[in-house]
Amino acid sequence: MNTPILSVSDLVVSAGRNLQIVRGTSFDIGPGEILGLVGESGCGKSMTSLAAMGLLPHGIGVTGGKILLNGADITHLAPHQRVKQGCGRIAMVFQEPMTSLNPVLRIGDQIKEAVRVHDRTASPPARARELLDMVRIPDAAHQLDAFPHELSGGMRQRVMIAIALACRPAVLIADEPTTALDVTVQRQVLGLIRELCDSLDMGVLFITHDLGVVAQLADRVAVMYAGGLVETGDVVPLFAAPLHPYTAGLMACLPDPTSDDPLLPTIPGSAPRPDEIKDGCPFAPRCSRVQDRCRRGPVPVAFNDLGQSARCHFPLNHEVPA
Amino acid sequence: MLRYVIRRTGAAIMTLIAASIVIFAFIHLIPGDPVYVMLGDGATPDQVAALRARLGLDEPVVLQYLIWAGNALQGDLGHSVFFETPVTQVIADGAETSILLATMTMVWIVGFGIPVGVLAAMRQGRWVDQGLSGLAMLLASVPTFWVGLYLILIFAAGLGWFPSSGYPSIFEEGGLANLRYLVLPSIALAAPNAALILRLTRASMLDVAREDYVRTARAKGISPTRVVVRHILRNALLAVVSAFGFTFAALISEAVVTETVFALPGVGRTVVQSILRRDYPVIQGVILIIVCLYLVINLLVDLSYRMLDPRVELE
Repeated sequence: MNTPILSVSDLVVSAGRNLQIVRGTSFDIGPGEILGLVGESGCGKSMTSLAAMGLLPHGIGVTGGKILLNGADITHLAPHQRVKQGCGRIAMVFQEPMTSLNPVLRIGDQIKEAVRVHDRTASPPARARELLDMVRIPDAAHQLDAFPHELSGGMRQRVMIAIALACRPAVLIADEPTTALDVTVQRQVLGLIRELCDSLDMGVLFITHDLGVVAQLADRVAVMYAGGLVETGDVVPLFAAPLHPYTAGLMACLPDPTSDDPLLPTIPGSAPRPDEIKDGCPFAPRCSRVQDRCRRGPVPVAFNDLGQSARCHFPLNHEVPA
Repeated sequence: MLRYVIRRTGAAIMTLIAASIVIFAFIHLIPGDPVYVMLGDGATPDQVAALRARLGLDEPVVLQYLIWAGNALQGDLGHSVFFETPVTQVIADGAETSILLATMTMVWIVGFGIPVGVLAAMRQGRWVDQGLSGLAMLLASVPTFWVGLYLILIFAAGLGWFPSSGYPSIFEEGGLANLRYLVLPSIALAAPNAALILRLTRASMLDVAREDYVRTARAKGISPTRVVVRHILRNALLAVVSAFGFTFAALISEAVVTETVFALPGVGRTVVQSILRRDYPVIQGVILIIVCLYLVINLLVDLSYRMLDPRVELE
């Protein structure tokens, strides 16, 4: 991998004083690379991305670690402060296209607003049209005058991507951008993200709970569980041979059309809430390979020679360390 | 848009007709002979006959209504029994005071209620917010006449900054400076309504601030002030605007009390005196005009929705 654009190291996000929602997460994203961040709801994916954006809600803050964008420390900067200090930009596309656009403003105005902040030299109307063309909205000149409620979910998500691109971002964060969309529209939007990532040499952090989407789209994968990363690796080897039992469990839950069993396999139990996490491996209570030492002390990271790493005492598909 | 205006206006006219029937029927709800009630016990038979003829009470009821409504459409609301002048004249005499009082009151309500509501929302949970919310609660719960009396006590009798009562027209000696007579009454009248608008603005701002599109706006990196004004306030005002119709209704009844407390020669006080004098034509005329105003204001509120919220379909 080249030098990373976005580098998150040992990120800790806490609600109030003591409750850690994200517990020491680290990852890098290079130019033109899509990192898929996978995990169940409530595992800290969205909080990680909001921390990177500088948009954590009231009462939740970064209490440890660093977020570097092109080497500049942006850990504690809100978006408008990043603009003021001339840092590079991270832009974000949110999960709900239906509620993420201001209902009383024309979409053209919402795009132009972003253009004016980030692109002093461009003419806002021309740039807005260009952006709508980039995200493949037909009849762009006319659609600029539309209000959000006049557009379909897929079109609104394209507008959201246009707004994000207006910021000329080095990194685009997409937080479950296709979850609320129809399957066919979903594919188009995913294709668009891949294409823009390649043509603009942008880093993309793609957040989802859908392993199928990750397998299609991502270059690398990071699997998150209970506020921490349990496994990272390139998409092909990781899907071929996961190291962490949780990753393997997630993959086992994917439906297999050739199977005769009418029931999908599941991982027993449920993910712990942030206040329930104890010492040792957070997955231990649900893990089929659990041993005594999983329940206490720090868990070491296991690597393999394909660049995969997992935080596990007893990784799968791997020589057990002595 | 035009079709909506026409339909909405048509509905307003139907309401007005219904209201006018009720207002007309008013005179027949008086127990006994309204003419005796109006003239009092000492009336001579001649006076009774004359008033009966002037009010048209000898005609059948339906015809009476049609005559009354027809005259009203031509701007003739009948004659005041007490003043012996046309009702329109009696109302016009009080109109200047009432219109200026209402305007000044609206200025306080909008100029205080909305910005302070925004401020409270921006400082949610801090002492500024708690202080302002407490103040709003206090103002909303205290009756207008009590606020009026205290304002007189402090700013007129105590500090002597403003006159305590009366209002000479701005067209008389003193000119626009006479507006100072309306400062205390308009504040008293605005207090409970401004408090309401303040609380509504605050609550609405906090609701909107949690919306996804506000997060989108922040993510663009635009200044926090711009996020508040263009994205939060703009949407929060939708709820506030719809409250103005109700605020107006509250203003009318509270204005009657306020004009009495401050001895202002306005329409409100005329109504109170007319009720005491059993001057029914004046009461009917004033109520009819208030109904018209109320309908117009609510029509304007509905139409302004279209301008503020593109999602409202008017067809």
